[in-house]
Amino acid sequence: MNRITTLYSSTIGKKFIAAVTGLILFGFLVGHVAGNLKVFTGSTEAGVPHVDEYGHFLRIVGEPFLPKMAALWIARIVLLASVALHIVVVVQLAFRNLEARPVGYVRSKKSASTLAALWMMFSGSLIAFFIVFHLLHFTLGALPIGEFQHGAIYKNIYSSFQNPLISLFYVVVMGVLGFHLYHGVWSLFQTLGIDNPDRNKSLRMFAIIATIGIVVGFSLVPLSFMTGMMPEPIAYDPALLSH
Amino acid sequence: MKIRLHVWRQESTDKKGKMESYDLDNVLPDMSFLEMMDVLNEKLTVEGKSPVAFDHDCREGVCGMCSMVINGQAHGPKATTTTCQLYMRHFKDGAEIYVEPFRSGAFPVLQDLMVDRSAFDRIIQAGGYISNHSGPKPDPNSIPIEPGVQETSLDAASCIGCGACVAACPNGSASLFTSAKISHLGMLPQGQPERYERVGAMVDQMEGEGFGSCRNYAECEAQCPKGISIAFIGRMNADYLKATLVEPVDGRGKMHAQ
Ligand code: HEM
Ligand code: SF4
Ligand code: FES
Repeated sequence: MNRITTLYSSTIGKKFIAAVTGLILFGFLVGHVAGNLKVFTGSTEAGVPHVDEYGHFLRIVGEPFLPKMAALWIARIVLLASVALHIVVVVQLAFRNLEARPVGYVRSKKSASTLAALWMMFSGSLIAFFIVFHLLHFTLGALPIGEFQHGAIYKNIYSSFQNPLISLFYVVVMGVLGFHLYHGVWSLFQTLGIDNPDRNKSLRMFAIIATIGIVVGFSLVPLSFMTGMMPEPIAYDPALLSH
Repeated sequence: MKIRLHVWRQESTDKKGKMESYDLDNVLPDMSFLEMMDVLNEKLTVEGKSPVAFDHDCREGVCGMCSMVINGQAHGPKATTTTCQLYMRHFKDGAEIYVEPFRSGAFPVLQDLMVDRSAFDRIIQAGGYISNHSGPKPDPNSIPIEPGVQETSLDAASCIGCGACVAACPNGSASLFTSAKISHLGMLPQGQPERYERVGAMVDQMEGEGFGSCRNYAECEAQCPKGISIAFIGRMNADYLKATLVEPVDGRGKMHAQ
């Protein structure tokens, strides 16, 4: 416990927490984007879209060892805790940094920092807003956007993304997320002390490829529905999901 | 050459400062930047005005005293060059040049372009000592050191403690300086006995002085006159995390079987 408080009281320790929670969230994004791409793989013979099956699988995964929804709730709690911790430490660090540089330069010129790095707080804040919006939208169905039916994932996506403004909003947010990841996914290795001159090129390349993969993967979904390239949802019996 | 200077003037720490403009039209391209500042001060003195206060000592790029932010970059536009080694030929005739002090909460302005960098001395003091025997001198090279390690450690040791890294960092972080000082001892065999104590003590002091946190912009590396690599910051992070999370606190206590 002592070690944890010592760690938390230092800026390097706080950045360590930002890096570890960032890594957890990054891992989640990789899984999420892979799951989303199932909208493109069609339906089962019985007419259930693969993405609906996948959503159902997430609810029952772990059965019979775990009760239904248990694994999903564990993952949700870990993710929400990561987001909360990530925000708490980066906001504390940001305040400290403002104090550490109270007066700026009349003429300033950046030699190395990228806009992605300088705007982490901006991109992060938009992501925080988006997380709330997105959960209200597709998890809870609490927003007046399209039709919403629990578990009918394909149908919900189809219906919401008919609205080009909603689709474009999703695409724009994914672009901003890309900026966060472009700096963040490399930066976390430096924070953890894993980067060194031998690996630097590969780690930066990894961050770039992962960022492009995530941004393009997520954006393909709203773009395809918006442009009318996707088949209309077909009603099916929800009982088909429960086997 | 002719130049127009905009220089930060501030009487003392607690007075408000502002930029003042001066025209110089007898600048020689082969003057160093500090010689040009001397010419300006000469002119100001003759006019009965107070000369611009700035720090300098060796004027050959080794002491780290000269400290100016020139056109928005610590030590000016030329990479891996201290202000004293910057020449007027590096500027165009008719150039407008902005000269400001190193900005950081932990480096209060003393007067004009002079700042108090004693926080750096206290970080070095916090590093303490290395254990060494005081008997007869050992043979040179009696402790074998891998050449790569030796070179890297010397790279870190080439930090002149100028503070440009802090001035350059948008967060006012002293990570590059502190990590260089931690690494040049931490990498050598002679620095091993106190390695993890040292990283803890120096990082604590750095934070106590109110420096900001590193966001991995690499702005420091780009503006450091000695080209110190941010690889040392990664190394400091790894050592600090190991010191806090892994290194034993109680190495000698008894243990019980379950
Ligand atoms: C999908 C969600 C998110 C992911 C994958 C993510 C990922 C990351 C990663 C990997 C880092 C680098 C950590 C390091 O430098 O060691 C980072 C830094 C940062 N994140 Fe996030 N983040 C997310 C959400 C957020 C949110 C919601 C905020 C809201 C404020 C935020 C604000 C920041 C800031 C300001 C930094 C820079 C911290 C610093 O270096 O001082 N992030 N993020
Ligand atoms: S790391 Fe570079 S910029 Fe920082 S104090 Fe040392 S020499 Fe100056
Ligand atoms: S005056 Fe010594 S380094 Fe510039």
